[in-house]
Amino acid sequence: MPDPITIKGIREGLLVTVGDAETWPLTAQGLLTRIDETADFFKGAKLALAIGPRAISAADLGRLRDDLSERNVSLWAVLSDSAMTVSAAQALGLNVALPTSAPAKREQPERETDPEEARQEAVYLRRTLRSGRSVRHTGHVIVVGDVNAGAEIVADGDVVVWGHLRGTVHAGASGDADAVVCALELSPTQLRIADLIAVSPAHRGEARPELARIKDRRIVAERWSARGK
Amino acid sequence: MTGKVLTITSGKGGVGKTTTTANIAVALAAMGDKVVCIDGDIGLRNLDVVMGLENRIVYDLVDVVEGRARLRQAMIKDKRLPELHLIPAAQTRDKAAVSPSDMIRICNELRPDFDWIMIDSPAGIERGFRNSIAAADQVLIVTNPEVSAVRDADRIIGLIEAEEKGPGHLILNRVKMDMVKRGDMLSTEDVLDILAIPLIGVVPEDEGILVSTNRGTPAAMDDHNRAGQAYRDIARRLRGEEVPFMPLDDNKGFFQKLAARFARSGG
Repeated sequence: MPDPITIKGIREGLLVTVGDAETWPLTAQGLLTRIDETADFFKGAKLALAIGPRAISAADLGRLRDDLSERNVSLWAVLSDSAMTVSAAQALGLNVALPTSAPAKREQPERETDPEEARQEAVYLRRTLRSGRSVRHTGHVIVVGDVNAGAEIVADGDVVVWGHLRGTVHAGASGDADAVVCALELSPTQLRIADLIAVSPAHRGEARPELARIKDRRIVAERWSARGK
Repeated sequence: MTGKVLTITSGKGGVGKTTTTANIAVALAAMGDKVVCIDGDIGLRNLDVVMGLENRIVYDLVDVVEGRARLRQAMIKDKRLPELHLIPAAQTRDKAAVSPSDMIRICNELRPDFDWIMIDSPAGIERGFRNSIAAADQVLIVTNPEVSAVRDADRIIGLIEAEEKGPGHLILNRVKMDMVKRGDMLSTEDVLDILAIPLIGVVPEDEGILVSTNRGTPAAMDDHNRAGQAYRDIARRLRGEEVPFMPLDDNKGFFQKLAARFARSGG
């Protein structure tokens, strides 16, 4: 008995939810068959696909996107609880959230649990973030690798980059002025902590590990020293 | 013979993908390999012009995809180099006319008869790019030593890695050594520091390229052209040869200058 596929009209197009009882190839094929059967309904549609907790690779998502575009359906968002799927979708340049639902998510649960605890959850990435990658997280973000210009990190917590930080970064994104940004080489295109913005000064001499934080309502970057703070 | 599908892409427009495709194809064909080029830039075709084959186009890639012509009817054989062939793009349609699975099907049909199937990707990251990498066994990324080009190349490499076709090999095109030495242009090291993929070629800026493009005779056919030489070296590396990079060597230039400064100051 094939998994039910639910289709809902939303402002941005169609939201299709697929189940996870079958293997991915079967689920994908089921979706394509459904679209072929009602081709006129789907022609020219923008599709947001909700996958649930499944972990799907970028190659599989890319293949599905190509198969959908052959049927004149464009896949523009993939929604999932699985960090691997979210990362794969981002790597392909797909949206991972619906614009209308994002603010609602922010309002609720974070206030009910202890904010310190919620922010203790960190995302750990051991690769270089290339231009176009976006990592957004309600906790801390740690990257072992470079963050290239054109990549961005938006974290409610701290941001730690064990590599060259050349992209844009926003720590304490939901308002925490105690958040910090550290990097082996701190040369971001733009650096924000809470509601303050800073850019790297033009000539900074040799690259060395630094930590940026808010001090007296300004963002300052200091050479790493255990005795600071 | 099972052909290898080689896609040449860049992200940024105007960095030299088409010139690179034409020249590497010429160099490989001159060494005796059977090569077919496919122009992936539907709607803004250029590969035919650069290869000097535009007035022999009867059918194109879209005619093949839509069943109006067989693959062999659309294929143009170069009269100067018998191993070199071209399947041109359509000029009157756009990228939606071809799909990734069409490209895979066509490449599979070509594989038994050719050593190399070279696909000239259009600029961008949308359908035309996705069509061009769908069948790729190997991807060459062309960039210029220039900030926006490198930024776009980085994005492309990320997309290719995500689709598990990576990491790709880099061709750094239009390098002006005098500007690099003055510090006015990114060096090869600067570019590799950001892109971090294997380098397969460095091609110097060369006025002869513009002339050869206008004439439709790729520079790799000319023994006296430095850019042509660089492209021939890339072709040899693709065939597995270890070819040292031409003395456009950035590091050597820098250290020689440094050594000269020390020598002058008596240090």
